[in-house]
Amino acid sequence: MKALVWHGTNDVRVERVPDPTILNGRDAIVKITSSAICGSDLHLLDGYIPTMQTGDILGHEFMGEVVEVGAENKKLKVGDRVVVPFTIACGGCFFCNRELWSLCDNSNPNAWMAEKLYGYTTSGLFGYSHLTGGFAGGQAQYARVPFADVGPLKIPDGIPDGQVLFLSDILPTGYMAAENCDIKPGDVIAVWGCGPVGQMAIRSAWLLGAERVVAIDSVPERLRMAKEMNRAEIINFERDDVFDRLKSITGGRGPDACIDAVGLEAHGATLDAYLDQAKAAAFLATDRPNALREAIFACRKGGTVSIPGVYGGFLDKIPFGAAFQKGLTFKMGQTHMMRYMKPLLDRIERGELDPSFVITHRLPIDQAATGYRMFRDKQDECIKVVLKPH
Amino acid sequence: MMSSAQNVAEVERWASALGGAGIALYGIRQGSAAGAMIAASGGILIARGATGYCPMYAATGVSTADTDTRVALRLGRGGHVEQAATINRSAAELYRYWRNFENLPRFMAHLVSVQQVDQRHSHWVAKAPAGRTVEWDAEIINEIPNELIGWRTVDRADVISAGSVRFTPAGPDRGTEVHLRLKYEPPGGRVGSAVAWMLGHDPRQIIQEDLRRFKQLMEAGEVPTTKGQPRGKQSILNYD
Ligand SMILES: NC(=O)c1ccc[n+]([C@@H]2O[C@H](COP(=O)([O-])OP(=O)(O)OC[C@H]3O[C@@H](n4cnc5c(N)ncnc54)[C@H](O)[C@@H]3O)[C@@H](O)[C@H]2O)c1
Ligand SMILES: [Zn+2]
Ligand SMILES: [Zn+2]
Repeated sequence: MKALVWHGTNDVRVERVPDPTILNGRDAIVKITSSAICGSDLHLLDGYIPTMQTGDILGHEFMGEVVEVGAENKKLKVGDRVVVPFTIACGGCFFCNRELWSLCDNSNPNAWMAEKLYGYTTSGLFGYSHLTGGFAGGQAQYARVPFADVGPLKIPDGIPDGQVLFLSDILPTGYMAAENCDIKPGDVIAVWGCGPVGQMAIRSAWLLGAERVVAIDSVPERLRMAKEMNRAEIINFERDDVFDRLKSITGGRGPDACIDAVGLEAHGATLDAYLDQAKAAAFLATDRPNALREAIFACRKGGTVSIPGVYGGFLDKIPFGAAFQKGLTFKMGQTHMMRYMKPLLDRIERGELDPSFVITHRLPIDQAATGYRMFRDKQDECIKVVLKPH
Repeated sequence: MMSSAQNVAEVERWASALGGAGIALYGIRQGSAAGAMIAASGGILIARGATGYCPMYAATGVSTADTDTRVALRLGRGGHVEQAATINRSAAELYRYWRNFENLPRFMAHLVSVQQVDQRHSHWVAKAPAGRTVEWDAEIINEIPNELIGWRTVDRADVISAGSVRFTPAGPDRGTEVHLRLKYEPPGGRVGSAVAWMLGHDPRQIIQEDLRRFKQLMEAGEVPTTKGQPRGKQSILNYD
């Protein structure tokens, strides 16, 4: 089959690789009909996530048709149409039982690696380094899905792929980011990053009852999308001082909750952002947390900082004193996918939600490497790329 | 396991990226000659806490009141490893699976097979270097249904070892704590080097992985794997 393969920083290629096979009883093989490129994939492309190996197949936002089912899998059958969540969970551990799906104890074959870095292992992920299991991903024509009787969500025929594909990651991720803000009537929510995750977070904040939503980015078409399609007030961080603007928008009090939908590769127009870049290059720090710093600083006293943006290692100069003195609440982590997939599918089916608005590019899988570059460099106003593997 | 030396180095580098003061903790478990001599959970050994009396301690003069495994290691009189995991199943279920020793090779990586000879006796075969195997007989020396199993090699085996596993309910809706303790006397000669080979430089890690697979089997019904999945062209820098 064809698959997108990682060969090193800035080097991904489409290659022919063997087809996947069933390796465990609860597995299924999915013939992929749509697969997206995510901001998380850019962290791999840019070399920010450790334990990648050349030859790794990327991709964790995919859906398709079940073509083979393992002997122990009693839930799926050949022909089922499914969306596959990017987290892999066993369904039987302490964490799965508490719906903390991305913290599953049993789905990472390289648990020892994660234990060294994080103390405990978190769940396996598709196409996301060996630290989270080294599972071959879904930017390919077929994928093997482990514990496929837990994660995949069956999708009725008749809804186009584009409307349900993002149940695999960014829609639940944006939704959980907003839910973590514990939104109360009258709340002002500020969202750093108007990429696909930020857009989903903005939309979810409205669904959950926000009074006002403020979106922060510097890419014109992304700010435009936030404003025109998602009714957010916008701040361009290259033109305006974010803190000052947020303060004046909120009458001096600050946003009730701040969402960092940027993650470890924040850009910035401030001195600390340039220092981060230099330090990351020299490996003095691993992440560039410019947006997070700003979110912590801008958040009102007693507010919440919700972090869907990915961080992997060590963060420098986090204003922890500000967080402590202001009594902030922090909520973060990889999304607990299966809490949200079904309820969000119901909303999509009822017509309350259509996340397909973020798609700007559809490409055949042969052009996946080009898609990565366009998405990273924001060429051609690229916001979200969906690959068609067949 | 997809563990390449490259990945290990990378994880270490990250863990110490910013001086790593607090994170360097895990470095303590680096290999020692004594560590390398501890036999694979593969089958060997005893729990003194469990049995109260360990003939090997008596023989080696190690006080049974001493519960620090590292002291035993430093004395160079055999190895003593202990690992624990909390498993989301009842003590009875876990006990039942473990008590059938023939199940052990399903999660103890270095065992080839265990044959139950009678209620108390079993025959164990473990991997050794160069595709060879080591074998020994073991007997159950202590047993409390749904709570504890203790075993050791029978008198004249080449490998002298003992082990125990204890199952303790962890509280309402909290599963069962499983404490695995292994003790062995380093044998000499060919068998000794086979045992050292089995355990590599970090015996605690090996026991931990055995216990982890037990947990995975009990909670998930299978051990997660990527062995045999497709991958693209690999660089010679990757070694699995
Ligand atoms: N928690 C999860 O489970 C989960 C799931 C999916 C994605 N993510 C993470 O969410 C983040 C966003 O994903 P995406 O797909 O939207 O990525 P993306 O790269 O398309 O979007 C990031 C956006 O942030 C903007 N940005 C950069 N620096 C900024 C700053 N200082 N202030 C404000 N905006 C800034 C960029 O211009 C870009 O538009 C990534 O870190 C990704 O890894 C997390
Ligand atoms: Zn993603
Ligand atoms: Zn689990």
